[in-house]
Amino acid sequence: MISKNITQTKQPVTPYVPETLWLDPEAKPFIQIKGLSKKFDDFTAVDDISLDIYKGELFTILGGSGCGKSTLLRMLAGFEMPNAGQIIIDDVDMAGIPAYDRPINMMFQSYAVFPHMTVAQNVAYGLKKERVAKPEITRRVSEMLELVQLSNLAKRKPQQLSGGQRQRVALARALIKRPKVLLLDEPLAALDKKLREQTQFELMNLQYELGITFVVVTHDQEEAMTLSTRLAVMDQGRFVQTGTPTQVYESPKNRFVADFFGTINLFDATVISCQPNEDSASYNIKAKLDKTGTMVKAVAESLLSPASAITIGVRPEKIKISHERPEGDNLTIAKGVVEDLAYYGNRSIYRVRSESGRVIQVSAQNYQRSEQLSLEWDDQAYLSWDASCNVVLTE
Amino acid sequence: MKDLSGPKATRYSQPLGDKLWRNFVIGLPYLWLFLFFLVPFGIVFKISLADPIVAQPPFTALFDFGANTKNWLHATFDNYLFLTEDNLYWISYFNSIKIAGISTLLCLLLGYPMAYGIARSTPTVRNVLLMLVILPFWTSFLLRVYAWMGLLGKNGVVNGLLAYTGLIDAPLELLYTNGAVYLGIVYTYIPFMILPLYATLEKMDLDLQDAAADLGAKPWQVFVDTTLPLSMPGIIAGSMLVFIPALGEFVIPALLGGIDSLMIGRTLYDEFFVNRDWPLASAVATVLLFILVIPIMLFQRSQQEKK
Repeated sequence: MISKNITQTKQPVTPYVPETLWLDPEAKPFIQIKGLSKKFDDFTAVDDISLDIYKGELFTILGGSGCGKSTLLRMLAGFEMPNAGQIIIDDVDMAGIPAYDRPINMMFQSYAVFPHMTVAQNVAYGLKKERVAKPEITRRVSEMLELVQLSNLAKRKPQQLSGGQRQRVALARALIKRPKVLLLDEPLAALDKKLREQTQFELMNLQYELGITFVVVTHDQEEAMTLSTRLAVMDQGRFVQTGTPTQVYESPKNRFVADFFGTINLFDATVISCQPNEDSASYNIKAKLDKTGTMVKAVAESLLSPASAITIGVRPEKIKISHERPEGDNLTIAKGVVEDLAYYGNRSIYRVRSESGRVIQVSAQNYQRSEQLSLEWDDQAYLSWDASCNVVLTE
Repeated sequence: MKDLSGPKATRYSQPLGDKLWRNFVIGLPYLWLFLFFLVPFGIVFKISLADPIVAQPPFTALFDFGANTKNWLHATFDNYLFLTEDNLYWISYFNSIKIAGISTLLCLLLGYPMAYGIARSTPTVRNVLLMLVILPFWTSFLLRVYAWMGLLGKNGVVNGLLAYTGLIDAPLELLYTNGAVYLGIVYTYIPFMILPLYATLEKMDLDLQDAAADLGAKPWQVFVDTTLPLSMPGIIAGSMLVFIPALGEFVIPALLGGIDSLMIGRTLYDEFFVNRDWPLASAVATVLLFILVIPIMLFQRSQQEKK
């Protein structure tokens, strides 16, 4: 909805296709973070982080509370000074540049809309501090208010706005300065579900058309997955894994990422054999699940010695649930009893206790309206998944 | 139909007991104000309309229902007229407003950074600092003012120290000056400035200051654009709490002030106890009340209009 009005702004509209920039070794990163650390007394909030973000990216930093993601964002904005390391934005070292002089603007989680100013005054604030001429301020403010569809509320005070409207004010206020980088702290956290989905798409469209580099911080993996071009999973002040949402979701680096980023069934297993694949640098392994002795096939990225302990992960939506025992070569099959089920309308989640006694979570698309696959509590069911769905985790 | 209306009416109306109780609770503060503010004020106002006489009580009665009087109402505005005629009262009122105003400003200038510091310190330090602000109240107000006399006197601690260090040869005139009155008022009333300021500053969203800085405001602009306007309720509350008692202050100017630090509280005292002119003193008190009440009412009206 926002994107329709975008052509009315003076902002040069250069649609960006940033999907490949980070794969190009020649490409120059727009934001360079080098060995950044921040300590509060004894507590290390950010621990030696290095990261390159490219122009026009929508990069998300994902982590639980206290992982250091907010501190990292505040260092980018200039509210916190790092103990070590460097932040370079568009070839300019940010060291010694105070927050008010950085080409960065931020949308706060609380929105931080000035309560004593009207919507228009809030949006105009940044330009006033830049000493932009009055007529130009008026013009740009009305353009920006139109962009975020708040023109009719320009004279309102923030107390008279809804949460979603307040967020638009915060967004407009940050974007009007035409920053090189826009920082967003949990942009969707305070919105209800319907509004979240709408805002999410609006943010993506806006980012795509303005070509501004967005750095988002969130604890919500769904938000991270849908918004980002790339994301970093952060834990205890460090990046555990960086990659596209698909990479991180489908090929998590370790148990922490697999578990934090979506739901996953994890099985302890022991490697039986490991053979290099002919065409790629991957290895075909055979492993035995410790609890049931079931043999599974999987693909590993490194050579694993036989008898080494690994974890096999399977995402719930990769598992098929059926009444009859399925047939197939590469299938891993388990039998169990439905212990719990939750109906979400579009899909159902089953928690099935397998014969070995552990609970496996299955997410099934309700692709039929009829009740052909009507599984109830305590029903016997077969679970099956293809070997390609097995994720090998060594950490 | 009549069957339906009956129970409906009783269901939605409150039981009589509840209604009485509610009116009682709401009425209690009004009763209090009536008994301890309006009635005494009425008495003072009544006295201010009388003439002074040498008798017990020392003023004429307002109503005289005696047999051979033509006018049963005996009221005069002479006392109020006299207030305008004699310079003394003008000077007292003006001095009071000046001293109270400057003291309030000083309290604000000193108290704001203190309140800000307290609000931004860590919780443990904050509690200690708040404790220190309140601590002086544990000693009698009068004792503390006497202590200042000891400190500021000719042979007091301050002069003694200055003489000892060789900074001065002769003792400074510190006590019985306007400066001592300001010092005394600021010292006594600054907690009333700090506490409401602290309350507004403490609950202020710090993101607002970050947001202002993020949008290009330098530190002093952040203060002027966000912190200061958002702490206005605290500034107003604190200023009222300092200005109002300072305006009618009697003890501090009487003990620490000189001849020229004439305040209305002292004039009032003199009229009552030295001249024994109760009607004139009552007129002084009534005018003082209006000086205080009118700005407060105007302020409250402007606040309501804002909303």
